Amino acid sequence: MKKLKKVVSLLVVTSMAVASLAACGTKASSGGDKFFIGGIGPVTGGAAIYGQSVKNAAELAVQEINDAGGINGVKIEFAFEDDEADGEKAVNAYNTLKDKGMKILMGTVTSGACASVIDKTKSDNMFQLTPSASSKDVLALGNVFQVCFSDPNQGIASADYIGSKGVASKVAVIYDSSDIYSSGIYEKFKAEAAGQNFEIVAAEAFTADSKTDFSVQLQKAKDAGAELVFLPIYYNEAALILTQAAALDYKPIFFGCDGLDGILTVENFDTTLAEGVMLLTPFAADATDEKTAAFVKAYKEKYSDTPNQFAADAYDAIYIIKAAIEKSGAKPSMSVSELGDALRGAMTQITVDGLTGAGMTWSETGEVNKAPRAVVIKDGSYVSAE
Amino acid sequence: MKKWNTINKSTRNNIITIGVIVVIYAVCQLMIAAGAMSNLMQGLLVPLCYYSILAISLNLTVGILGELSLGHAGFMCVGAFAGAFFSKSTQNGIGSSFVGFLIALLLGAIAAALFGALIGVVVLRLRGDYLAIVTLAFGEIIKNVINVLYIGLDGKGFHFSMKDSEALNLEENGTIIINGAKGITGTPKHTTFTIAALLLIAAYLIISNLIHSRSGRAIQAIRDNRIAAESVGIDITGFKLLAFTLSAAMAGVAGVLYSHNISTLVATPKNFGYNMSIMILVFVVLGGIGNIRGSIIAAVILTLLPEYLRFLQDYRMLIYAIVLIVIMIFNWNPTCIAWRKNHSLRDILHSLTGKNKKEA
Amino acid sequence: MSFISYLIKGISLGSVYSIIALGYTMVYGIAKMLNFAHGDVIMVGGYVIFTVMSMIGLNPFVAVLLSIILCTLLGITIERVAYKPLRSASSLAVLITAIGVSYLLQNLALLIFGADTKSFTSIIAVPALKLADGRLTISGETLVTIPLCILIMVLLTVFVKRSKTGRSMQAVSEDKAAAVLMGINVNKTIAITFAIGSSLAAVASVLMFSAYPSLTSTSGSMPGIKAFVAAVFGGIGSIPGAMLGGILLGVIEILGRAYISSQLADAIVFLILIIVLLVKPTGILGKKIQEKV
Repeated sequence: MKKLKKVVSLLVVTSMAVASLAACGTKASSGGDKFFIGGIGPVTGGAAIYGQSVKNAAELAVQEINDAGGINGVKIEFAFEDDEADGEKAVNAYNTLKDKGMKILMGTVTSGACASVIDKTKSDNMFQLTPSASSKDVLALGNVFQVCFSDPNQGIASADYIGSKGVASKVAVIYDSSDIYSSGIYEKFKAEAAGQNFEIVAAEAFTADSKTDFSVQLQKAKDAGAELVFLPIYYNEAALILTQAAALDYKPIFFGCDGLDGILTVENFDTTLAEGVMLLTPFAADATDEKTAAFVKAYKEKYSDTPNQFAADAYDAIYIIKAAIEKSGAKPSMSVSELGDALRGAMTQITVDGLTGAGMTWSETGEVNKAPRAVVIKDGSYVSAE
Repeated sequence: MKKWNTINKSTRNNIITIGVIVVIYAVCQLMIAAGAMSNLMQGLLVPLCYYSILAISLNLTVGILGELSLGHAGFMCVGAFAGAFFSKSTQNGIGSSFVGFLIALLLGAIAAALFGALIGVVVLRLRGDYLAIVTLAFGEIIKNVINVLYIGLDGKGFHFSMKDSEALNLEENGTIIINGAKGITGTPKHTTFTIAALLLIAAYLIISNLIHSRSGRAIQAIRDNRIAAESVGIDITGFKLLAFTLSAAMAGVAGVLYSHNISTLVATPKNFGYNMSIMILVFVVLGGIGNIRGSIIAAVILTLLPEYLRFLQDYRMLIYAIVLIVIMIFNWNPTCIAWRKNHSLRDILHSLTGKNKKEA
Repeated sequence: MSFISYLIKGISLGSVYSIIALGYTMVYGIAKMLNFAHGDVIMVGGYVIFTVMSMIGLNPFVAVLLSIILCTLLGITIERVAYKPLRSASSLAVLITAIGVSYLLQNLALLIFGADTKSFTSIIAVPALKLADGRLTISGETLVTIPLCILIMVLLTVFVKRSKTGRSMQAVSEDKAAAVLMGINVNKTIAITFAIGSSLAAVASVLMFSAYPSLTSTSGSMPGIKAFVAAVFGGIGSIPGAMLGGILLGVIEILGRAYISSQLADAIVFLILIIVLLVKPTGILGKKIQEKV
C-alpha cells in the first residue's frame, strides 16, 4: 500500500508540474494596436552598465515618441529583458519577449549574446536592429542591422587615422583577449597597421579574469618606447590604465575607439588623467548640438546620470525603427514576418540623423555608414581633433 | 501490486524516474503540437535536459565518489568545443547529418573523458579542498586557453595558432573554425528535445546501474572509509579514476548538446567559468548529495526559477539569492528538519483522508 | 632592471592577495568552511569608504574606521543568519549558502549603487619612491601594503598563539567536540573569527581599491577567488602560509604576464598551482593530515 501511495503522490506532483507549465502557455499576442518593440541586454552581472544604459535610453525614446503621438498615430509598447550578457540567457530573454507579443527586436547589447539570437530572428523572420553589438559575426546571417560601427571598421579607421595624421610612429596596443569586441578591433588594427607608416612595438593582452593590474602591460609599452597606446577596450578598464600609467610616470598619447567613451563620466575619476586622450567615437555627451543637448538633459532628468555611447546608440535605434516604419508604411496589425520584410526593405532606403551620426544609411549587409569623429579630451571635455 | 513489490527496489526506482521523464516528455510534445506551450518553455526544454545531465554527472563525483569538484564546467567546455569543432569542420560532409551529430557526441565525450582521466591522475594524490582547488584551476585554464586558441582549415589541412587568426596563414578559401575569443560560430543546430531527453535517460541509467553494481559499491566504500576500503583490497586509484572519467565524459556530452543548441560558442566566465561549476554544484547539493533523482529535480527547478522571476525585473537575481539561502537553511537546519517531520505534507494528507500514519 | 621592477609589482599585487587570503584562511581554519562571500565583503567595504568619502565628504580615517566597523558587523550578521543554522549540516550545504550570500551582496550593491563603475580615490597619501633615475618606481600603495601585510600577519599569529581567545580558536579548529567539553564557547569563538576575518576584508578593501581604483558590484569576486587559491597554495588554515601563498601568486602572475604570455597569464598561475600541489599535496606550509584509522 505504501508503494502505491508513493506512485500516486509522484503522479500528483507530475500533474501539478504539467499544470504549471500549461498555466504559462502562450498568451494571445497583444492585439494590433501598438508596435511592440522588445529589447535585450545585460541588466545584472558584470556587463550590467551597458544593458542598463540601453534600457534607459530606449525607454526615454519610446516615451518621447508616444508623447508626440506615436508613429503615424500608433503608439509603441516597449519591454526589456535581461540576458546577463550570455548567449543562452539571451535566447531565453528572446523567447520571453516573443511570449509577450514582441514583433520587432532592438538588441541585443553585447556581441556574444547577440550572435546567439540571430538565428532565432532569422527563422522567425523578425526584424532585428542591434544598438551596440559590433562584432562582424552578428551580421553573418544577413538579417541584422547595426547602429554602431562594426569592429573591423573601427580597427581600420583607427589605424588609418594614426597613420595618415602621423600621430605617432611607435604604437603599443593593450587589449582584452577574452572579449569579442576588443580582440576583433585589435586584429583588424594590426592587419591595417602593416601598410601604415607606424610600427606596433608591443601588443599586450589582459583577460576578463585579470583586469585590475595593468602595470606589466604598461611597463612593456614604456620600455618599447611607444609614443601612443591604442586601447580598443571599454572605459572602465581604460580608467584604471590611465591611473596606473600616471603612477608609472608614463605619458604617451592614449587612443581608443567608441568603447572609451564614457571615461569622463566615471564617478570620482580624476579627469585630468584623461587629458589628451584621443578617441574615435560617434557620440559625445557634451557636444553642443541641439539634439545631443536635449537628449542629455532629458536623460539626466529621468535617471540622474550622464548617458554614455550605449545610451545614445539605443536612443538612435528606436528612432531608426520609427523611420523604417514610416518609410515602409508598416502597420501594427502585420505579422512578425511581414513586419520583418517591410522594415528590412526600408532600412536600405532611409537616411537618419541621429545622436551618433548625421546622415546614417545602411547597406544590404546591415552595416551602418556614418563618419567616425576623432575627438580629443581637453580641459575635461571632448573637442574635435581636426 | 504483488508483482510490483517483487521487483528489486533500485529497479523500481529506475522505472518510476524514467516513467516520469517519459510522461513529462510526452506531455511536452503534446503541448508543443497543440501550440499550448510558451516559446520560453519550448526554448528551455533542451537546456533543462543538459543541465540535468550535468547535475547527475557531477553527483557521481560529489555524491557517490565523495570528492568536491569545482571544475565541472571545464569538462562541459571541452566537450562543447570538441563536438562543435567536429561538426563545424565537417559541415559540408558528414557533420551536417544525424550520424555526424552522433560522432560529435562521441567525440565530445571522449575528449572530456581524456581530460577527466588526466585530472583524475593528479587528483588521486590530493584530498578534500585541495582537490576542489585543482579542479577549479583546471576549469580556469581550459577557459583561458580556448580564448587564445585559433584553428583554421584550408586545402592543406588544419592550422593552429595561439596568437591570432593572421598567424594561421590560411589560403584564400580557408575557414577559421575556432577564432579565439570569438569562439565557434555557426554550429549546426542538431540538438533536439528528443535526443536530449534520450541522453538524459541514458545518463540516468548508466549512473544508477553503476551505483548498484560491484564497481559502484566499491566507489561508495572509498567515499565512506578510504582506509577500510583499501584494507579489503579495493583498487582505490582505479575506481576513483573510473568515476571521475565517467563523470567528465557525461559533462562532455552535455557540452555537445549545449554547443549544438546555440549558434555561437564562446568561452566566457559566465558559461564555462567557476560560476557555472558552482551552479551545477548547487543543483547537486540542493537535490541531495548522492540522490540522482533529486539532482534532476533541483536542476529543473533552479533553471526555471530565474526565468520565471523575470517579472521582478531588477530584483530578479536578488530574490534568487535569497531563495537559495532560505532553501538551504530550510533543507539542512536541524530545527527546520524537525519542523518538517512534524508538519510533513504526507501526514497532513493522511490526516485529511482520516487515516492514521501507522495504518499505511 | 625591468625584472626588479616586475618583481616589485608582483609583490605589491601579491600582498593584496595575502591580506584577503588571511581572512579566508582564518575562517577556514576554525569553521572549516570556504566562505565564498569573503570577496564580496571587500566590495562592501569599498562602497562604504566610497560613500563616506565622496558623498558625505568625511575624513579618510573616519571612512576607514567606519568601513572596518560595518564590515565586522556584516561578517557577524552573515555568520549568525546564514551559517550558524547550518553548523551541524554537511560542509557542502554551508558552501552553497556562502555562494547564496555572495550573490545576495553583489545584487544588493548593484541595486543600491547602480552598475556604473566608481573610481576610488586613493587613501594612501605616501608619495611614490623613485629609484635608479626614475627607471624604478615603487608606488606609495606598495610602500604601505607590504609592511602592513607583514604587521597584520605577525599580530594575527601572536593573537592566535598567545591570547585566550586565540587559543580557544586553535582548540575549536583542532577538535570542535573536545573544545566544547573543555568549556569553550564554540559559537562565540566562531563569531569572533568571522569578525576578525571581515575586519581584515575591510582593511584589504582599503589597500586593494587604493592600488586598483575601480569599484563595481563584482569587484570582489575575482580577487576573492584568487585569494582562495593563494590560501590553498600556502596551505589553507596556516597564517604564514596565506601570506606566502598570496605573495607567490602575485609574483607568478606578474612575471608570467611579463615573460611568458600576457594572454595566458591566468592559465600559467593555475598551472603552477597544480604543479605545486602535486609536489606538496597540502600546500607549501600546510600541515600533513594525519588520518585516523
